[in-house]
Amino acid sequence: MNFGTVQALVMRYLYLYTRTPIRAVELLFWPLVHLLVWGYLTMFLQQNTDDSFPYEITFLIGAVILWDVLFRAQQGVAIFFLEDVWSRNLLNVFAAPVTNADYLGSTYAVGLMRAGVTVTMLSVLSIFLYSFNIFSLGWALLPFIFNLLIFGWALGMISTALIVRWGPAAETLAWAVPFFIQPFAAVYYPVSALPVALQWVAKSLPCSYVFEGMRDTLKTGEVDWASLGIATGLNVVYLAVAGILFVRVMNVAREKGLLTKFSSQ
Amino acid sequence: MLLMDSPVLQVTDLTKAFGEVRSVDGISFEVGKGEILGLLGANGAGKTTAINMILGIVTPSAGSVQVFGEELHASRIKILSRMNFCSTYTQLPGNLRVWQNLKVFGKIYRVPQLSRRIDEVLEMLEISHLKNRVSGELSAGEGTRLNLCKALLNRPELLLLDEPTASLDPDIADKVRKVVSRIREEEGTSILYTSHNMRDVEEVCDRIVFMHKGTILFTGTSEETLKHFEKDSLEDVFIEVARSGGIASRKKEGEP
Ligand SMILES: Nc1ncnc2c1ncn2[C@@H]1O[C@H](COP(=O)(O)OP(=O)(O)OP(=O)(O)O)[C@@H](O)[C@H]1O
Ligand SMILES: [Mg+2]
Repeated sequence: MNFGTVQALVMRYLYLYTRTPIRAVELLFWPLVHLLVWGYLTMFLQQNTDDSFPYEITFLIGAVILWDVLFRAQQGVAIFFLEDVWSRNLLNVFAAPVTNADYLGSTYAVGLMRAGVTVTMLSVLSIFLYSFNIFSLGWALLPFIFNLLIFGWALGMISTALIVRWGPAAETLAWAVPFFIQPFAAVYYPVSALPVALQWVAKSLPCSYVFEGMRDTLKTGEVDWASLGIATGLNVVYLAVAGILFVRVMNVAREKGLLTKFSSQ
Repeated sequence: MLLMDSPVLQVTDLTKAFGEVRSVDGISFEVGKGEILGLLGANGAGKTTAINMILGIVTPSAGSVQVFGEELHASRIKILSRMNFCSTYTQLPGNLRVWQNLKVFGKIYRVPQLSRRIDEVLEMLEISHLKNRVSGELSAGEGTRLNLCKALLNRPELLLLDEPTASLDPDIADKVRKVVSRIREEEGTSILYTSHNMRDVEEVCDRIVFMHKGTILFTGTSEETLKHFEKDSLEDVFIEVARSGGIASRKKEGEP
């Protein structure tokens, strides 16, 4: 990976925002709407239930914030590629001295930035609006976020691979990828709320351990390092598989001339 | 000006089949140092496919591409950093300003003293006044010239131009031809040039490769081509080849 190349590709992406600040609205608007809806729902439920209130509900706001890490990272990777598709710039980039690693590195950086922006906004707002402090997770917050980022990158690469292989026809599919896994990700409810068969699906997703771990840690104050370890292990596998998929799809694209005939699919 | 010691680009038996369609069918040619080679042929003859294979964007079904004496597939990134291209089929991101686009690609190609080089190429193509404009707002011809700026940024040793004059008015097309000739003179750039404008070809190309349905009918200078096909102009050659399905070519070899 060449740092200068990554820097150039990321710069291209940032120029988009300086040129048209309205783009930033998309980045801030939806997370904000989510936070408001789930935040007030949480407050309402808390006010109207007795003390036997399930602790999962208390941490719905934390779930909203952490889900956004995964979602923004995935989007960052997928949109980065789509920007090149939309602006007919794909050939310029892939006929330039840009390796797969350079390209993926830039998409990761953009995913990281997008996640950073929304998570900061949501974390600060949730303190003021709902007195919910995600930072009370302490240092454990970092490995939690890091695991979600990696999984988001992996999902983003899978989305991009789908778009390269199936063309604009797969664009909407790529947007939906995070939502396919959301029901099994244990974001808002514990894995145990799922039927047994589906629990296995949940257990194969690194993010379910993160969300469970987040709730446990907030409740007990003890960091569940075992879950974090499993999440990290699974993430390594997902990232490797997604990377291999991406490289293979790029090779297929070169075989079939997909990069040059992008709009025909 | 022709230094034909070892070719900068050597294409050997290059073939590309997309399913049933053989877009490029066993073509061989070379471009020497400082040479401008014209790639001619009707729509669908396989010119763009050949160029895409030389750029490594399309993988050949058979045959080889050697650039600077090395196999393209073996040292793709190293080779690509010493070449560049401009094609009517691509654009630079329309939502960035002209200078932003050039800065991004200048960094990707690791151009030294980038700001100065950006001013230089803009001047060369006479679009310095567009430096702060949004690329998507440029006219087609201005956009083509911006593409050319990008292609010249890294002083490529091998330059691939796919219909660089396609949307240019006669005045600007003439200027672009002069720029192409000039960088060849000044920097010894080797150039592969496709165009449907016979004037381009006659004026700037040292030799011509005449393609038809994925194969090469003839290779030679424009005089040799006229003589071979017994025509007065390249335009007549072109039309006859296109209409007679290549029968016009008597012998199917053609290395000069
Ligand atoms: N990615 C692709 N998939 C399928 N067929 C393709 C692909 N790219 C090119 N072709 C086919 O290959 C043939 C040659 O196309 P190519 O674009 O190379 O022609 P060309 O000589 O550049 O024509 P033009 O002068 O119109 O630009 C055409 O029949 C085209 O349909
Ligand atoms: Mg073409």
